[in-house]
Amino acid sequence: MIVSSALMIWKGLIVITGSESPIVVVLSGSMEPAFHRGDLLFLTNFHDDPIRAGEIVVFKVEGRDIPIVHRVIKIHEKENGTIKFLTKGDNNEVDDRGLYKEGQNWLEKKDVVGRARGFLPYVGMVTIIMNDYPKFKYALLAVMGAYVLLKRES
Amino acid sequence: MRYVVRITYVTHEREIMRKDNLVERSDLGFITFDITADILNGKNGFIFDWNVKQLFLYLSAEYSTKNNALNQVVLWDKIMLRGDNPRLFLKDMKSKYFFFDDGNGLKGNRNVTLTLSWNVVPNAGILPLVTGSGHVSVPFPDTYETTKSY
Repeated sequence: MIVSSALMIWKGLIVITGSESPIVVVLSGSMEPAFHRGDLLFLTNFHDDPIRAGEIVVFKVEGRDIPIVHRVIKIHEKENGTIKFLTKGDNNEVDDRGLYKEGQNWLEKKDVVGRARGFLPYVGMVTIIMNDYPKFKYALLAVMGAYVLLKRES
Repeated sequence: MRYVVRITYVTHEREIMRKDNLVERSDLGFITFDITADILNGKNGFIFDWNVKQLFLYLSAEYSTKNNALNQVVLWDKIMLRGDNPRLFLKDMKSKYFFFDDGNGLKGNRNVTLTLSWNVVPNAGILPLVTGSGHVSVPFPDTYETTKSY
């Protein structure tokens, strides 16, 4: 029951926000002092939301799984809406061209996971701890599994 | 909040060597500006309330070219933490980042608009993007400047 409700809420969030990953954890310090490792970000990805300079976007480089949270510093948009843009972490000296794929100089709409609309500090640390210390993750899963098995539906 | 931007400028054409060894020439603009601003009080009152951790201020240039209907380039940015001096008094600032166009649309462009905006970063909550009141239009010259730089 708990698992299916959690899943429904998650799927619901994906639909409402339009983003495949509506909640992400900040993994690096490249946006300090605004965001620190372990902070939680809430994203939306509405199709009609234009990408504009100054916005904080979460994107994935083609071929890599890890989402990156940086700020848009340049956009060039054609009349038909096709857009190419450049990003940079606030705390980085240089723009993100070094992070993009080999030969790629710009990001496109398809690379965007979402726009950062809201944020909560520290809350995402749990995910990072589970990643860095797998034993903790297994212990947590074991506890959750035991709870599900032992609980009686009243 | 008011700000004043004074410009001196030069356009330049730069060559970029692309990966396939073809040379691409794009316009590179140079802008010098002054900003006088008091960020303490916005439209809705006191900006730095208890839930504001910092402001990310940035000066962006917006313009249209033959190649692209809309271009926006961030020229300068600054992080202002709660507790920092909220008054900006900048003179003779050069743009922090290269003002490259995607093509040759800066030369002779009469309508490049500079605006100061900021991203409010709360201690927790929504991340709004606010545009300051007022903006300045800059015309770029009709010819390239080959001798000057910053």
